[in-house]
Parts: sequence; structure tokens; C-alpha cells
Amino acid sequence: MSDAAATPAAASAQAATPATPTTPAAAPAHAAPPARSLPGGGAQHRHVIVAIVNNRPGVLNRVSSLMRARNFNIESLAVSHTDAPDVSRMTITLRGDDVLVEQATKQLYRLIDVLKVQDLTADPTVEQELALVKVRVADANRAEVIKVVELYRARVVDVSEGSVIVEVTGTEAEVDALVALLRGFGIKELVRTGTVVMSRGSGSIEEATKR
Amino acid sequence: MTITGDPAQRPSRTSHVPNEGTAEAAAIERARRDMLNDARPRRRTRIGADVVCEALIRQGVDVFFGYPGGVILPLYDVLADYPELRHVLVRHEQGGAHAADGYARVTGRVGVCMGTSGPGATNLVTGIGTALLDSIPMVAITGNVPGALIGKDAFQEIDINGITLPMTKHNYLVRDANELPRVFAEAFHIARTGRPGPVHIDITKDALQQETHAEHPSDEEVVAGLPGFRPNVEGHPRQLKLAVGEIGRAKRPMILAGHGVLHARAWEDLQAFAEKTQIPVAHTLLGIGAMPEDHPLSYGYMGMHGWKHVNRAIQSADLLVAIGMRFDDRVTGNVRTYAPYARIVHVDIDPAEIGKNVAVEVPIVGDAGRVLRALLPMVDAVDPAVRAAYFEELAAWRRESEAGSWHGSGAWRDGYLSADYVVSRIGVLTDHRATYVGDVGQNQMWLARYAGFQLPNSHVSSGGLGTMGFCVPAAMGAALGAPERETWAITGDGGFQMTFQELMTLVQDEIPVKIALFDNKKLGMIRQWQEIIYAGNYHSAHLLGPDYLKLAEAFGIPGRKAAAPEEVDEAIRWAQGVDGPALVWFEIAEEQNVFPMMPAGKGLSDLIEKWGGADE
Repeated sequence: MSDAAATPAAASAQAATPATPTTPAAAPAHAAPPARSLPGGGAQHRHVIVAIVNNRPGVLNRVSSLMRARNFNIESLAVSHTDAPDVSRMTITLRGDDVLVEQATKQLYRLIDVLKVQDLTADPTVEQELALVKVRVADANRAEVIKVVELYRARVVDVSEGSVIVEVTGTEAEVDALVALLRGFGIKELVRTGTVVMSRGSGSIEEATKR
Repeated sequence: MTITGDPAQRPSRTSHVPNEGTAEAAAIERARRDMLNDARPRRRTRIGADVVCEALIRQGVDVFFGYPGGVILPLYDVLADYPELRHVLVRHEQGGAHAADGYARVTGRVGVCMGTSGPGATNLVTGIGTALLDSIPMVAITGNVPGALIGKDAFQEIDINGITLPMTKHNYLVRDANELPRVFAEAFHIARTGRPGPVHIDITKDALQQETHAEHPSDEEVVAGLPGFRPNVEGHPRQLKLAVGEIGRAKRPMILAGHGVLHARAWEDLQAFAEKTQIPVAHTLLGIGAMPEDHPLSYGYMGMHGWKHVNRAIQSADLLVAIGMRFDDRVTGNVRTYAPYARIVHVDIDPAEIGKNVAVEVPIVGDAGRVLRALLPMVDAVDPAVRAAYFEELAAWRRESEAGSWHGSGAWRDGYLSADYVVSRIGVLTDHRATYVGDVGQNQMWLARYAGFQLPNSHVSSGGLGTMGFCVPAAMGAALGAPERETWAITGDGGFQMTFQELMTLVQDEIPVKIALFDNKKLGMIRQWQEIIYAGNYHSAHLLGPDYLKLAEAFGIPGRKAAAPEEVDEAIRWAQGVDGPALVWFEIAEEQNVFPMMPAGKGLSDLIEKWGGADE
């Protein structure tokens, strides 16, 4: 009944009856029955899901089509091969409450090509994202841009008369922070890979997938 | 360079093929040529089309439904070599898909339908969607243009693989005949294992024609090749124990039996479990038949147009044991006000169904039959006397709600033909032992409420997708699947006019479906909603229909009309006596509503039981 107090009617029902639903016989005749809690409705936060999938044509389409059809909003999606050539790894970040993400996980498992899904949100992980930012510069502020870039342990990988390309690696938040700063100089182009994540320690989702 | 009038002076050009001289261009040239010239040689080798037929036979398919077309012709070219396979030529691919669906519903086996590329494939789509939403095991086969032409917008090419991707359990595009044995074995395994569902196999024309020696895999090889598909069928022992605790504590328990009980063929297990625990059983639309309706513990059909006593019992229950059902919005109404006093034990084979629509206290992932068999020795036998007060109350509610049913309907009193009366007479005169196939809308609800079902898989209805036009073609498949039973197609005039072209298939293939056509000259459910929810603002609810007797006659089907209550029994008996398909045209009251009705968005306690003057 975590969110039973969300509506005024439910709130008054809560006051009149015990927190646990009781049988009609035990409930006061005048009291409205307590509202049933809906699945979900909990605190929204960012989740990182890793899916190990068959490396076959169309699998990315299956996953993205499912997420769209089931109304899950993907924030980022990164796909690559794993060490096994027939298996790919997807890192999906999405926003929602725990129930929604559990549903997404279960729905992913319904796909025949999905071998293993793990929600790594709560686990200790290494999380990285790479971004390339083409920043507008003039002679006057080039040095300033480079200073900011160095401060963030990013690097300049291309320099031309009117712009520099900055490469930055870090968590989504770290990349966000640098991008926000660079926006002050003027961003001509921005590309981000999406987050990739790996759990710390010796455990391996890939090994856990092997049969 | 100037172009002159003299052809000899023009710059030479050997071909209009892009990338002339490359392997890709050669393949396209070959494919284009093959599309026109593909008669097989007299002495032939094993080709992809043979593999398809072999695979169907290996899977126990005896009848399938299809429609030929350019790229699937290689398959039709070899079909005559496989007399074990009965191919029913339908009149529209949608009819083929629904027929495969109807066949699957009555037999519990995988239904098979087939069409060509492009429009043939898109016509199958509605039937595939219907099968997905109702978890029907089905394999849909389509041809596609030769592999080299894929993506070139060739004649009758459409990305059908992309279209069926979100509406199948799994789908395949096969471009190499050597893959066909594995793909077919996997497709049937996936379609019928775990939560059943449709699988689509798209095969390029050149793969159908390609010589192959590939062997069919064993069952073990199929399972080993699908590491991502291991449905959990056994309930977790810890969860089972929790469920037993809930059941032991409950004072007002109710079992909600869904389609999953029928899929698992667990009707006997359900009955044994209900009898031992003395828990009454309510059923969903697709759960009808999971328990004979004359069983003392069978309480009736729930939901939007379900029985008032059933919904009332759910609203006052302290425990719902939901088995193989998914708390669809037509079952729960507003979830906030659904079964407010009940804790819920939810058994489903699909983990994604648990916690999707309602939060539950005890989730159990597993096959309905296995879970029920595991629970049976664990639960205490309950003395019915313990529940005497509960049962008495339920019985009183039931008497009240049944008394307020068709017996009191105004249509009946005024001498109009009342649809619920016709349905109940069909039920009685067939001894409740026929297969009853509904369409969608009012006729579907009347059928579900009044036919009185006794046998599992005797009720066929498009529940999830609500596909109008489902009835006649599905009845065709159902009749072929269960030839020992009479098959009644109970349809409205709206749905009938969508797919009655299959009447000709009934004649050509001698399929003895009895059609009860409920003609109120309306889209009845639309009219009902417009009357009640849209303030009587009728639009497009009135529906002109043909002279159905002449229509039947044109197809070569005997027809008969009944417009008054006293003509009903005779008409039904007449149809039963016809050797082959027959049509009875019931001219029913034009403005009869289905009550009770739960308006969308409202709760199970907000049933409308009367409206205006017509039904009072």
C-alpha cells in the first residue's frame, strides 16, 4: 500500500480503516474500501540494465521495438560484441521506478534472442561513457577551452582554425558536466556513445550466461 | 557528346543493371529470370519446399490453411507429393490465419497458415495479432521474393519480417534452405512451449527452390540451440508454501481461472484442487470451459459483461487465486477499486504477467497444471460446512443476478427475438457439447453468458485483440480440429459481413459449420456504447445487410430464418439436421443491450444493469 495515500479518497479511507485490508465483515459499514495499490508509482530514478543477447541480425531491432511498444523510455543504448563472437552485449539506461524496470527486464527475457538480463543499478560498477565535442573556438579563447578540458581530464584530439574536438570519458554525470561548461563556448557538434557498465569484482555476467 | 538519330551513333550500353559485372548484379539478374521461369524438372532433388512439407509432417500437422501466390508457388509445386498434408484453400489469408487459430484452440496443437509475400503476408497480420493476444500456438508461413531482390521493392515485396516482429513470439527470415529444418523445428517448439504464441517464418523463393540435404534436428538439439528460451514450468517450492498459507487462512477465497488452465490442459487438476479446498471458481472470457458450468463450485464468468454475482464475489473476496489469467482491464476495470479486500496469489507461466497490471502478494511462475498438481497434496481438505455461510451468500447473489437476466428482458416479453434466448437454446439443443465459436461484440458476450459450457476448449472467442470477423473462419478451423463435435458459429451481422467469403471454403472443403447469424441490423455493441456512454449520439451504428438467405443460397448453403421466439428451436434443429454447413438467420430485437455492463474506467462495483426503457 505504498502509494495508497496518493488520492484524497484513498487517504480518507486510510484514516478510517486499518492499514491492512480486512474482510467486509470486519470493516465498518460506512468506510469505503481501501484503494488497491497499483504496480509501480515508486520513486523514479535512472537504471542501468545489461542484456546479453545472440549476435544475430535484427536483435537490436527486437529489443528497441519491444522497449517502444511497452512504453519504456530508453535514455541510452550501447551495443557491442563480447569476447564470444556469437554473443553481443547491450547496455540500456532508462528512467523509471523499480517495478517498471523489473517489467522491462521480464519483457526482455521474453525475447528468444535475449540470453541474460541484469539490473546493475544497485551494484558496485565501473561506468563509462565517451563523448566527442566539437567546440567553437577563436584565438582569444582557445587556451581557455584547453584549460577547462585538462581540468576534466579530457583531451583535445583535433584542432582547427575555428574549432577543437574534445574527447571525454567518464560517467554520464561527468560528461554532462563538461558538456555544460563547453556549451558556454559554443558547441558545433556533439556525439555520445551511451553508457557502458561492468560490475566490479570477479563475477561475470558473460560467464553466468555460458551454458 | 551529342545523341544523334542514328542508333549506331549512340554511345553503347550493354546493360541497365547497376554495378554490372559484380556478383550482386549477377544474382539479381538470375533472381529476376527465375521469377519467370521456375517449373521444376520432372526428376527432381530435395528442395527447400520439400523440407517445409517434411517438417510439417514431422510436427504432426494434418491440415493447414493457405492461399498461393507468386513466391510461395514452389511450395504448392511439391504439395501434391505429400498427401498426408491437407491444404485448405481459403478465400482470404486472414481467414486462413483465423482458421489455424480456431484449429489450435480446440485441439491444443499448433495451427498452421500460409500466404505469399506482400499482400498475402499483410492479410495474415490480423490473424497473427489475434493469436498473440490470446496466446495461441500458431506457425504462419510466408514466401518472400528471392533473397537477391530483398530491399529492391520487388513485385509484392514488403518487409513482413519487420511487420510481424512486435506481434509474434518469434519470427524468422530464411534465405538458405539448409536452415529450414532447424527453423521449423524451433518455430513449432517455441509456438507451443511455455506461454504459447504465434511464430512467423518468412522464406525467400530461392530458398524454397534450393537443393538441400540438411537433416531435421532432434528435439534435444532444438532445445540446446535455444539457450534464451527455457520457460520455467515448475512453481518455486517456497512460493507454493506461501500460497498454501494464504489459502489456509482465507475465509472468502475465489479462484480466477483463465486461458492458461486450458493451455495447460489442467481442467481436471483445477477441479480436483477446487473440490479439495472448496474454493468457488470464476472464469475469464477465455477461461470458459475450464470447469463445467454445472459443477457446484463453478461460479461463472467475470468482468465487464460478466455476471453481477461473480463480480460482487470478487469485490468481497479476501483471497483471489488467479491461475493462468492476466488481470486484463476488461476483467478488473479500475484497478484501484478492484477486489479491495483481497490478497492475491497469481500463477502464470509468463513472469512478465506477474505484477504487470495488479500488484500481487504471492507470485508463482509456472505451468498451471504443474502448479495445481504440486499444490494439491500440500493444501488441507476443507469441509464444505466450514464455508456454509459464504456459500449461502454466494448462492443468494447468484439467484438474484440470474433472475434479473434475460428472463426479465423487455425484448423477450414483447415477442421480439432476444439474442440471449437464442444462445441458451443453441446450448440446450446441442446438449452443451458442441464447439461454440463467437465473433466480437454483443454476440460474443451473449454467447459467453448463456450457452452453458461443459467441455474444455468448446468455447472459441477472440478475447485479447477482439477481432471482428473472427467467427466464421475460426469456426472453419475449429470444425476441422474437432470433427466429432458439432460446430456452431455464433456471429453478429457486423462481423459476418467482414469475412463471409469463407462460406465458399466451407462448401468447397465440406466443412459442416452451423452458422447462427444474429441480425439486429446494427453494430450492436457500438450502438450500446453510443446509447449509454455517448448520450445517444448514434453514428455508423446502423448497418445495412443483404438478404442472408439469398446470400447463403448463392454460396450453395441451405439457409433459414427465425424471427420469433417460437421459431427458434425448430430452426436450430433444422440446421443440426443439414448434412454440411447451414445458416440460420435470427432476426433479433434491434436495440437489445448486454447487461450488466461495466463502463470503461469504472470498477467492478459500478455495473450498469438497466438503461432507459428498452430493457426495463
